[in-house]
Amino acid sequence: MVRLTRDVIDYQALTESVRDPHCGAIALFLGTVRELTGDHRTVFLDYEAYAPMAERKMAEIEAELGRRWPVARVALVHRLGRLSVGEVSVAVAVSCPHRAEAFEACRFAIDTLKELVPIWKKENAPDGTGEWVHQSVQPNPEQKQSESARGR
Amino acid sequence: MTLTVYLFAGARDLAGSDALAVDLPAGATVAQLLAELRQRVPALAGLLSRSAVAVNHDFAPAQQVLSASDEVAIIPPVSGG
Repeated sequence: MVRLTRDVIDYQALTESVRDPHCGAIALFLGTVRELTGDHRTVFLDYEAYAPMAERKMAEIEAELGRRWPVARVALVHRLGRLSVGEVSVAVAVSCPHRAEAFEACRFAIDTLKELVPIWKKENAPDGTGEWVHQSVQPNPEQKQSESARGR
Repeated sequence: MTLTVYLFAGARDLAGSDALAVDLPAGATVAQLLAELRQRVPALAGLLSRSAVAVNHDFAPAQQVLSASDEVAIIPPVSGG
């Protein structure tokens, strides 16, 4: 299950949604709004997405998890809109038979989401100024394909 | 052909619009679209050099040929999570 939402992420319900009788492990990752990035203080973040593409890329991540690990269920949710310090911006819940694969799959999901899914955050400072975060360098699509072909 | 190019986040702020109509010759590529955008909106040039292009909701290489029915978007470096 993948979803973009403007509502508070109910990570307890999300965790329940991936429970499975064949699984002995659930890994849950929560991304939360951090107050300090270096010396910069953030009072709130604004998140926006290119929604149809973001949902497609998130669904591709879900499918990739199923190819690489014995994942039973996946829940991948990202929040959009204005979030205060401490709020949950993203949640990944993965159930697997054993913990090693659950941790690995969960980490792959959040790492790949942060690298490829078209979602952006704007950091808003106490003085009323805001700045979109565009730090990473976009992967070359061909390079991306060869990377996924040989497995990361 | 005229394509609508969608802009997000910092790209939208720099261009002052969330979409631009761009005229391109038939058979134009993603690289030609970027060149046209750089010329038309010089303020975007710096961010464009670090951005990807999405065609129909997938990342597109520079040599991909565009068609009039494509949905095209500029994807500045992402920062979700």
